[in-house]
Amino acid sequence: MKGNEAIAISAIRNGCDGYFGYPITPQSEVMETLMEEKPWETTGMVVLQAESETSSINMLYGGASCGKKVMTSSSSPGLSLMCEGLSYLAGAELPCVVVNVVRGGPGLGTIQPGQGDYFQACKGGGHGDYKMVVLAPSSAQEMYDFVDLGFDLAFKYLNPVMILADGVVGQMMEKVELKPMKSRWSDEYIKSTFKWATTGKTPDRKQNVITSLALDAAVHERLNHKLQLKYKKMQQEDVRFETFMCEDAEHVIVAYGCMARICENTVELARAEGIKLGLLRPITLFPFPTEEINRLVPQLKTMMSVELSAGQMVEDVRLAVNGRVPVNFFGRLGGIVPSPEEVFEAFKKEIK
Amino acid sequence: MDLKDIIKPENRVYAKTPVLTENVMHYCPGCSHGTVHKIIAEVIEEMGIQEKTIGISPVGCSVFAYNYVDIDWQQAAHGRAPALATATKRLLPDKYVFTYQGDGDLASIGTAEIMHACNRGENIVVIFINNAIYGMTGGQMAPTTLIGMKTSTSPYGRTEELHGKPLKITELIAQLEGTCYVSRQSVQSAAAARKTKRAIRKAFENSAMSKGTSFVEVVSACNSGWKLSPVKANEWMVENMFPQYPLGDIKDR
Repeated sequence: MKGNEAIAISAIRNGCDGYFGYPITPQSEVMETLMEEKPWETTGMVVLQAESETSSINMLYGGASCGKKVMTSSSSPGLSLMCEGLSYLAGAELPCVVVNVVRGGPGLGTIQPGQGDYFQACKGGGHGDYKMVVLAPSSAQEMYDFVDLGFDLAFKYLNPVMILADGVVGQMMEKVELKPMKSRWSDEYIKSTFKWATTGKTPDRKQNVITSLALDAAVHERLNHKLQLKYKKMQQEDVRFETFMCEDAEHVIVAYGCMARICENTVELARAEGIKLGLLRPITLFPFPTEEINRLVPQLKTMMSVELSAGQMVEDVRLAVNGRVPVNFFGRLGGIVPSPEEVFEAFKKEIK
Repeated sequence: MDLKDIIKPENRVYAKTPVLTENVMHYCPGCSHGTVHKIIAEVIEEMGIQEKTIGISPVGCSVFAYNYVDIDWQQAAHGRAPALATATKRLLPDKYVFTYQGDGDLASIGTAEIMHACNRGENIVVIFINNAIYGMTGGQMAPTTLIGMKTSTSPYGRTEELHGKPLKITELIAQLEGTCYVSRQSVQSAAAARKTKRAIRKAFENSAMSKGTSFVEVVSACNSGWKLSPVKANEWMVENMFPQYPLGDIKDR
């Protein structure tokens, strides 16, 4: 199935309570698949087409406030509209999964694939000091798996989780192994587990209020410190990455999503010519695999970040390397996806 | 007969509903919010639905509605309350879900959300406080500000040339087939407050019958924003606001 279809099927099979979305290329298959599957007749999952991305993200705020597993999907311009809501969700400490099947920007840009939303996803996007766990799938299987993983992490941290895919991963057709079905949580389970949720004030407890507002400066600073501790915990406990031929590598390419798939072939091309090249694929873009880069640097001569952007993740690579070895960059823009050979040529030019 | 003989529970003719908290309201003396909060709390108590009601508070003076009405609340981003209410009601269909929104929230920044929630006929209640001004941010012009009315962003009075005419959003809402009940009320007198209470009760009852969206506008006074005494503000409202925003049921089906 397509990566986008995998997202939809995974939502139904992993106990998602509600999907709220707005059509945008290249991810419209997510809602189309859900509407075709009619999960409200089987699992009871709600699927609703909202009037805008602004509205869909705020529907997530309402649903998440009730302790429900809610998600949306969109693509770059839609995510810009959702940034307000993401900031509120993070501020109110609400869990949800948001999928961004990234296209080329800025502006209306192009419907071709891109990775230019890295900053928006990893550095905030909306206002205020907040972070999200950002998962970067590179296959249809990971599109399927990360919906479930995303909900686990969202409820672990009570925070939005973003699946930052790209047009290639969304549109690509691959075999997907469906894991066993998980049923939706019962209202009783939610009431007893998520004691903060707005499930209706019963006489045995105080009212629950979901808000991101704290006008008292001291209170608000405490709230911010609490959030920062949470983001630190993400960095300690939930960094995910994969390495390919890094054991003896003298050079390492860092790439995520579809570019990691392409750069695997670049590594093979280099190895055939006797160049000791490896690949580091961050699976979580936040938290970033800074420690793994630290570990690799002593054995390396250079690193290179390869992205479908003008150079965004490269800044995090450079922060991790901290000047110890040169960090090069290669990127294509406008929806152009380079071949393994093109990346290899760019790599060779840099190490000359 | 001693005074102590009279002050007994069985002789009591009025008591604050327990659905209102003990918190002292932050609203200015003369503001309509307090009265409308009390009405909502009384309706919730009388219908026995405290455990089943979820309120969505807006951005504006009534952002803190949750401090006064003792139910579960969600505090929404500016204008987005109907989106929150939509998801909440659809995911918890046996609950009573209502939004409480001001004119800036509902009739300006949140027009898309309110229109589409009402058009979908979400089984929610919308309480719309229209005082023709932005109270919390310090008295700026609202979409419902009257022509000629002076605010901090229309210091020489609102003009039609610059800002268009006041938005009659409630009349627009009444056109939408998803709404079952659309009413405009006020709370400047005991009689008016009683009518508002009947309207709000009816709105909550509609919600239980899944008839669609019920929308109750309350034409309200913001004496601080209008720079009038509480008494003068009510007089000004009757004289100037009611001709522009006539009271009564606009739609009832």
